[in-house]
Amino acid sequence: MNPLQGYLLLSALLFSIGLAGALLRRNAILVLIGIELMLNAANLNFIAFWRYGPVPAALTGIMFTIFSIAVAAAEAAVGLAIILAAYRHSRTTDLDRMDSLKG
Amino acid sequence: MTWIVQNLWLVPVLPMLAAAICALMGYRHRIAAASLAIGSMAISFLLALCAFAHVLGSHAGNGVQTVNVPWFQVGGEWLKLGWMLDPLTSLMLLMVTFVGLLIFIYSVGYMAHDDNFTRFFCFLALFAGAMLGVVIANSLLLLFMCWEVVGLTSYLLIGFWYAKPEAAAAAKKAFVVTKIGDLGFLLGMVWLYEKTGTLLFYDGGAGCLEHSALAHLVAQATILGLATSTAIALLIFCGAAGKSGQVPLHVWLPDAMEGPTPVSALIHAATMVAAGVFLIARIYPLMSVTASGSPAPSVALEVVAWVGATTAVFGALIAVAQFDIKRILAYSTISQLGYMMMGLGVGGVAVGIFHLITHAFFKSLLFLGAGSVIHGCDGEQDIRRMGGLSKSMPITFAAYTAGMLALCGFPLFSGFWSKDDILHAAHSWSISQAPFYMGAFGALLTAFYMTRQLYYVFAGTSRLAELGRDSTHLSDPHGAAHHAPVHPHESPAVMTVPLVILAAFAVLLGFIGTPAWPWFQSFIDGQPASFSFAAFYGFGILPVMLSSALLVFLGLALGWALYGRRPIESAASSDPLAELQPQAFSLLGRAFVVDALYGATLVRLNTVCSRISDWLDRWVWNGAVQAVSYFVLALAWLDNFFDAAVVNSGFDEGCESVSRGGQALSLLQGGQVQSYMRIIGGALIVLVLFLLWGTKI
Amino acid sequence: MTASFTILAAITVAGMAAAMGLRNAVHCVLALTVGFAGIAALYLQLGAQFVGFTQVLVYVGAVAILAVFAIMMTQSRPSATPAPRAPLWAAGGAVAAAVFAVLAWAIHSNALSVQALPPQPEAAPSATVQQIGDALMHRFVLPLEIVGLLLTAALIGAVVIAMGRREEMK
Repeated sequence: MNPLQGYLLLSALLFSIGLAGALLRRNAILVLIGIELMLNAANLNFIAFWRYGPVPAALTGIMFTIFSIAVAAAEAAVGLAIILAAYRHSRTTDLDRMDSLKG
Repeated sequence: MTWIVQNLWLVPVLPMLAAAICALMGYRHRIAAASLAIGSMAISFLLALCAFAHVLGSHAGNGVQTVNVPWFQVGGEWLKLGWMLDPLTSLMLLMVTFVGLLIFIYSVGYMAHDDNFTRFFCFLALFAGAMLGVVIANSLLLLFMCWEVVGLTSYLLIGFWYAKPEAAAAAKKAFVVTKIGDLGFLLGMVWLYEKTGTLLFYDGGAGCLEHSALAHLVAQATILGLATSTAIALLIFCGAAGKSGQVPLHVWLPDAMEGPTPVSALIHAATMVAAGVFLIARIYPLMSVTASGSPAPSVALEVVAWVGATTAVFGALIAVAQFDIKRILAYSTISQLGYMMMGLGVGGVAVGIFHLITHAFFKSLLFLGAGSVIHGCDGEQDIRRMGGLSKSMPITFAAYTAGMLALCGFPLFSGFWSKDDILHAAHSWSISQAPFYMGAFGALLTAFYMTRQLYYVFAGTSRLAELGRDSTHLSDPHGAAHHAPVHPHESPAVMTVPLVILAAFAVLLGFIGTPAWPWFQSFIDGQPASFSFAAFYGFGILPVMLSSALLVFLGLALGWALYGRRPIESAASSDPLAELQPQAFSLLGRAFVVDALYGATLVRLNTVCSRISDWLDRWVWNGAVQAVSYFVLALAWLDNFFDAAVVNSGFDEGCESVSRGGQALSLLQGGQVQSYMRIIGGALIVLVLFLLWGTKI
Repeated sequence: MTASFTILAAITVAGMAAAMGLRNAVHCVLALTVGFAGIAALYLQLGAQFVGFTQVLVYVGAVAILAVFAIMMTQSRPSATPAPRAPLWAAGGAVAAAVFAVLAWAIHSNALSVQALPPQPEAAPSATVQQIGDALMHRFVLPLEIVGLLLTAALIGAVVIAMGRREEMK
């Protein structure tokens, strides 16, 4: 098992933890955090590939991660704002109670 | 190919466009509708002038210029439409647009009190457009289409005052009778297409009027030993005869006088009835083609000549004994159309068309003059109740007299030259001399009945106040309002100015086609014209001219002797001619009882046929239909059972299963974000497995 | 596969698992900061110092604090009765486990693990701030601008959404 595989496995594990959180938690804030975690796992992948990849001088992995972090920050801000608005509307952050999209 | 040839289609399309816009306008926009129609007609007239100048300028060969466009595909062949420009077309365009323009202007005055002014101009413009389409068509099919639109608008215009039962009946009659002719036309056209594969007249050597097609047609024989070309030509002549009121299809034309007078002038004097003559002139190569080498005229032309001569005398005879001012003119028109047909048959295109053009001017002048008289007398149409109008309507009187002299063929008036041309051609016809004598007799009658009409209408004292007005005139839109004594009055300038212009043409137009300077004839034939007085001394010209002039004077004198010498005192007094020959007069007055004959034979036959058909319908077909219907009922019962038992339950099952499936699927749409995400996770698993599997292979 | 990697990975996984698993939401966020810090340390170990510090600034410094605020603002009052578990709730755990299994299998069985990695320097490739700045200002200037625009829009959008209607503010 080489270092790259180690990082990839770690990132897969973090991704699955984030997914599990997003799937299992009922608190909308924690679901959002789970999604952030999945994003972080993906970022870790990028950095690992950059580090062990054939052309590290191109800096593409780093750039991708930087932009990804920026986008994730924007997503977190908007997502939390939406949760606040939804909370103000229904007085709960429980996702099981938020089913007004039901078909 | 110059601009005007390329854009000749604008000439008919502009009035049609005006008609379309008028049709969409409200009935209150009277001025807009009239100015639109007149404006489009004026532009068309200018374009026609351009076309005429173009033909005049490029006068070489026979000068046929065509533009053909593919219309749609039938099987493997393209059906083509197109327009053409040749001397005949350019002259007809000029005549139709000019006379049409004057009549449009006149109509503004004549129809001023009518509620349906806008509708009238819509129909009028549509008619003019269709007529111009007939003139420029380079395809028998396009000609036929425009021809039918002409027939339709004629129906609409004759029945313009459709509230009058007579007008509605006349419109129906005109439509049905002309359709009988058109049926022949259609058959001929289909036959022609079957034989030659094209309906274009001229198509660079491949058209149906060009040499190769004609040679092909004339070589084939059909029933009764007729050449195919002759049979087709005669079928198409049926259409022309219906449109141009030739015997025996003339019966609709007198009744068509129920329409407004400008319509009578435009349709039943100048243009539509001329369409038949024009059609014969247009397909003249087909009419005149004979087996190579034989000098005799073709059978088709012979028929045309005989029919024309018969019609000329027939119409003139009936016109002698009519009392309705417009009916006299209608029978006169029939007679003159007979002359044109005869001219085509015995002389050629130029002879017939020359009379067509001059006749268009003086006959529309006469109709418009009659309209002016009717307008001035508040809707009175019976010449027995007129009289003395020369004092109260001087302009109309002068113009009317000019038109009357032109119609009679008074020397130096336009009708003289054109009618003389026909008589001369008939005189030198190789088959028989009879058409010449018939034509001469017709000329005598023409002079007589026009003199009679002139004395009745304009001379003596006014008899308008007499007798009161009978009920038939109450429905007339002009005379409906009052019973007070009518004082004849001159018409407004918008009506008299066209009269004066037309009168000038009626007098002078003949000089473009005198024997000394046959410009018209050479223009049609595409040769340069030369001026020489010596032509008067050519074979048989002067004797014919002198004899026809003598006949005209004789006719005028007869008319004066019977009607002018002793003024007509009372509207109730009987006609002097009727006193001489009461039986003949009444026969003529009832128009040779053709209508009654048709009623007794054709209509009765039709009735009998319809009775038989009715009986067959009731007992034979009805029984069969009943049997079939019972059979169908049984089938339907079976079907019903099958439906209920098999199909219905099957569908019910299907519907239920679809609905159950929908319910099951709707569980997925729980509104729970996390359930959606679970599915996405499952999809991710499947995707990764799929990619892995792909790399393994 | 060094000891430092193993330790950092263990800390990160533990922090994240705690963040997703603890009952109290505030505790969750605290564990989350540990996990984020662990990832930042992994970045440093991989030689991406700039990204590591960015991670600390953005996630530990901003997102975690934001989450704390959101939790504080929404959980001022405990919900009266816990909603019943939705059907198929447990399936979520199974899906997550299956995803991990599939990914691990993929990583393990992929050609990447069979082939030798390209020869690489033992030292991390250089990614100094100057290089990153150069790249951002030249090659990636357009994405940079777009991300700037996106962040501005997100900022305004978040304020507007969270502000609510005017009457509620009174």
